[in-house]
Amino acid sequence: MYVLSAIVCLTLLGLVLGLLLGIAGKYLKVESSPILDEIESILPGSQCGQCGFPGCRPAAEALVEGKAPATICPPGGSALAEQIAALLGLDLDLSAVKEPELLVARVSEATCTGCTRCFKVCPTDAIVGAPKQIHAVVADACIACKKCVEVCPTECLQMHPVEVTLRNWRWNKPIVVFDESKTEGAVC
Amino acid sequence: MMVNIKPKSGAHIGAKASVSHIMWQVMLALMPATVFGLWLFGWPAINLFIVTVLSAIFFEAVCIRLQGRAVKPVIMDGSAILTAWLLAMTLPPWAPWWVGVVGSALAIILGKQVYGGLGQNLFNPAMLARVALLISFPIELTTWANVSPLFFSNSPGLIESWHITFSGIDNLDATTGATILGYIKTEFSQNHLLSESLKEYSGLLNFIGWGRGSLSETSVILLGAGGVWLLRQGIIQWHIPASLLLTVAIFASIFHLIDDQHYVSPMLHLSSGGLILTAFFIATDYVTSPNTPTGQIVFGAGCGFLIFVIRTWGAYPEGAAFAVLLMNSATPLIDYYIRPRIYGRDRQGKPLEITKS
Amino acid sequence: MLSFFTKPRIRGGVHAEGYKELTSADKIISTFPLPKTLYIPLQQHVGKPAEPLIRVGDKVLKGQLLAYSQGLISSPVHAPSSGIILDVNEYPAPHPSALPIRMIVLETDGKDEWIKPPIVDDPFQLTPEDISLRVGAAGIVGLGGATFPTAVKLNMGRENSIDTLIINGAECEPYLSCDDRLMQERADQIIDGVRLMLHGMESDRAVVAIEDNKPQAFYAMQTAARPYPLIEVIQIPTRYPMGWDRQLIRYVTGKEVPVGCRSSEIGVTIHNISTAHAVHNAIRKGQPLVSRVVTVSGGAVRRPMNVEIPLGTLISEVFAFCEVDLEQTARIIMGGPMMGDALPHTGLPTVKATSGVLALTESELKSTDVQPCIRCASCVTVCPAGLRPLDMANNIRMNQLDAAVDLGLKDCISCGCCSYICPSNIPLVQYFKYASGEVVARQQAQHKSEQTKRLMDDRNARMERIARQQEEEERIRIAAKVERERIKAEQAAAAAAAEAEAEAAQETLV
Repeated sequence: MYVLSAIVCLTLLGLVLGLLLGIAGKYLKVESSPILDEIESILPGSQCGQCGFPGCRPAAEALVEGKAPATICPPGGSALAEQIAALLGLDLDLSAVKEPELLVARVSEATCTGCTRCFKVCPTDAIVGAPKQIHAVVADACIACKKCVEVCPTECLQMHPVEVTLRNWRWNKPIVVFDESKTEGAVC
Repeated sequence: MMVNIKPKSGAHIGAKASVSHIMWQVMLALMPATVFGLWLFGWPAINLFIVTVLSAIFFEAVCIRLQGRAVKPVIMDGSAILTAWLLAMTLPPWAPWWVGVVGSALAIILGKQVYGGLGQNLFNPAMLARVALLISFPIELTTWANVSPLFFSNSPGLIESWHITFSGIDNLDATTGATILGYIKTEFSQNHLLSESLKEYSGLLNFIGWGRGSLSETSVILLGAGGVWLLRQGIIQWHIPASLLLTVAIFASIFHLIDDQHYVSPMLHLSSGGLILTAFFIATDYVTSPNTPTGQIVFGAGCGFLIFVIRTWGAYPEGAAFAVLLMNSATPLIDYYIRPRIYGRDRQGKPLEITKS
Repeated sequence: MLSFFTKPRIRGGVHAEGYKELTSADKIISTFPLPKTLYIPLQQHVGKPAEPLIRVGDKVLKGQLLAYSQGLISSPVHAPSSGIILDVNEYPAPHPSALPIRMIVLETDGKDEWIKPPIVDDPFQLTPEDISLRVGAAGIVGLGGATFPTAVKLNMGRENSIDTLIINGAECEPYLSCDDRLMQERADQIIDGVRLMLHGMESDRAVVAIEDNKPQAFYAMQTAARPYPLIEVIQIPTRYPMGWDRQLIRYVTGKEVPVGCRSSEIGVTIHNISTAHAVHNAIRKGQPLVSRVVTVSGGAVRRPMNVEIPLGTLISEVFAFCEVDLEQTARIIMGGPMMGDALPHTGLPTVKATSGVLALTESELKSTDVQPCIRCASCVTVCPAGLRPLDMANNIRMNQLDAAVDLGLKDCISCGCCSYICPSNIPLVQYFKYASGEVVARQQAQHKSEQTKRLMDDRNARMERIARQQEEEERIRIAAKVERERIKAEQAAAAAAAEAEAEAAQETLV
């Protein structure tokens, strides 16, 4: 008898409190701060479309609305995914994220015809050149969106990995592997 | 010739220290008190100890296997054995075998592996298990066997000890009794004052450890010697034991001076209930205590204060396990607020002002 | 005098096993055979690389200027021996990655002929600025390993009015004993160099700090400094990293250098013992920095020694001279074992910063069997900078780099004390070096994305402007066309009207 009344009481209590929380969640909602701009500023801005959205601003909007996971931007790699997750308080699953290979476009001078198709499509004006003159890529401004590679008629534009020099060499993160086959944890 | 392929940084040489080295040294420090306790309470105590340690190894192996890791190196680092050792030391010496097994399971699985393994737990696993056992099985955890040393007449033989460990103590009244702290508490409830309760109490015997108590928490002198040796070896720092014992002593002295009939003397506090074990071996556990000397002093003082409060006004006669658990939960907070001062910055982290000569 | 300093305090640090006795008892060997080829990097210092002014095929003498310094913080490079320039190209650098940097390759002719140096009778008649100029022209940089151009430091000292020059004779790294031998054998020259530095900075107090595990060096330096009351020689406790400049400053003067400030801003500056010796050579003998004493030591070295070698000598040749057993060598280290770089092979040259080259066996190295962190906080106890390595490494492992920076990652000096003491063999310093590099990379990435946005906005604006212009032109063209047609129509109408009138007039005539 007492057990029954206890069950009934607690169930009613739960229902009432849940209803109150729902009402509060709807009517007392706090408008979110302008985090959209902040998210957009940390995205690469190359409008490459690899995320499936037609640009970085729509991707940022989707992230803020919670419609996209934090790992949505492939060129950003795990570093960007963490920053997004930190800003939005999202859960993060980094298992499927591959570190992006940093690429730059380069003109092979031997085969460039000066057709000017490439610099017309470059979104950051990273290609310099004039009609009938050999073009060149300003590596600092290149964002590896590959639009120029697609339009080049002689295929003289290719993507190359960024050269590692003593200036941009960095230490690797120590990765510890606990493997069943090994008898000890090894540092990679 | 390529000597090494992946760039290796940082200090290329190191001190000859390892995790297992530290653990084995702690076990070495515990050895005298443990051997004494095992001898003092005879075969049933030895059985319980062995069961507890073996089941801890078993549970640890199971958990490691489930994670897909190699079992042997993890067992050989000695942390599971040490946890079980400490737990066994705080159990009643003639407790049944399942107390040891359940205690080990709680300590290893719930107290350590669930948090993520070595170094990730929030609470001291041995104390977690002890408190869980005490609350779940109060009768078995407060059945204190009489002193019945091995090879003495009243000590049970090997076969009889198996019977005690695996199916229970037969004649409880003849073989068990209360510890001194427990006795004092029950006497208070019958309004007997201290001078009456302590009539048969011998400070010296208590100090050596010849009295009822946990498996090997009784001997102050042996535990103290082990603790001092650990200090000398640099395994533990002096801050936690000193602050813990001092706090208990100070509070006990104050209250004892006010009313020595109701409040136990500091010497009795210090020499009973495993306070020394807690001070040197349990509260100083690396994973669950703060990282900075100042933080450690705060931690030790907090533990000491809580132990005194629980012993004097709490329902339980022995408060060390509870106190340690409570302070463990405060450790992240202590670490957050008490931090070392970085060179060139002030305590708030801002760069120092320039002081020209 | 020194009893007046307040609260000498040493924070953290470890007592590393010294192994200095392998090399500290014997004299410096100066009979190193001249190598056939020398590889001289153009950047052996902090700042801009030097720019070569010789060409391939030029004949040069020992001490001749090969490359001049560029900019304010830079240093020139001189020929370590006489010979012919073989090449100016990129070769593997003495760096853990062995990536290429620009070097001058010199083929020695065996004569080892010096240029005629400008000798000065009394350097103390020179102005302090002149001393700085000569020190700079001699290519002297901090030889303790930091390689900051000494002349720039002397100038900064003059501007900031230094009251204490500290000479760092600590040499706290294990295995290294080159400074020790230098102090024992050439104390007079070092003291002379110190006096020249004092003159160059217009300062009048110098303190030479020597760790107390070098009693003979202390005695030798004390004897050499006795005639000069401005220079005081003291002993400091032996504890790694006593040679860390900020720790030394706090111990000797009691003052702390605030974060973000240079030591000269609190009136103190530090130079290394070897640097003082090089200053003496440069000013008194007119000899630029072309050689240095290097400690070759380690378990795999059959003849460990301190040897004076010309800069640009390949490590393979040094190892051959010291009979290093490459089979036993588990790691080659340039510098000391705590902070030095592990090199991938021996085909790399020694440079101004090379105080030692070690060939360590497997047993001497720290185990790489990494275990979970047991939060023993030994790292907190030993950190001389007052950081919490366990928390920082934990955050970095979980990729929370911002939290690690908050904990003080930027204040880490990579001394290696934490890695040394860690019982779980966690490579703490590598975590911190990785994290520092990653933070810089992220900042660069952020900068790049801002720049990208700007470039794209500019381009879009330009496209719009072009589009508007075209529209404008189109409109003008259409308007002009309409105008032309109107005029044509008017003209046509006018012509038609005129014709009609003419016809009408003709009709009336008829």
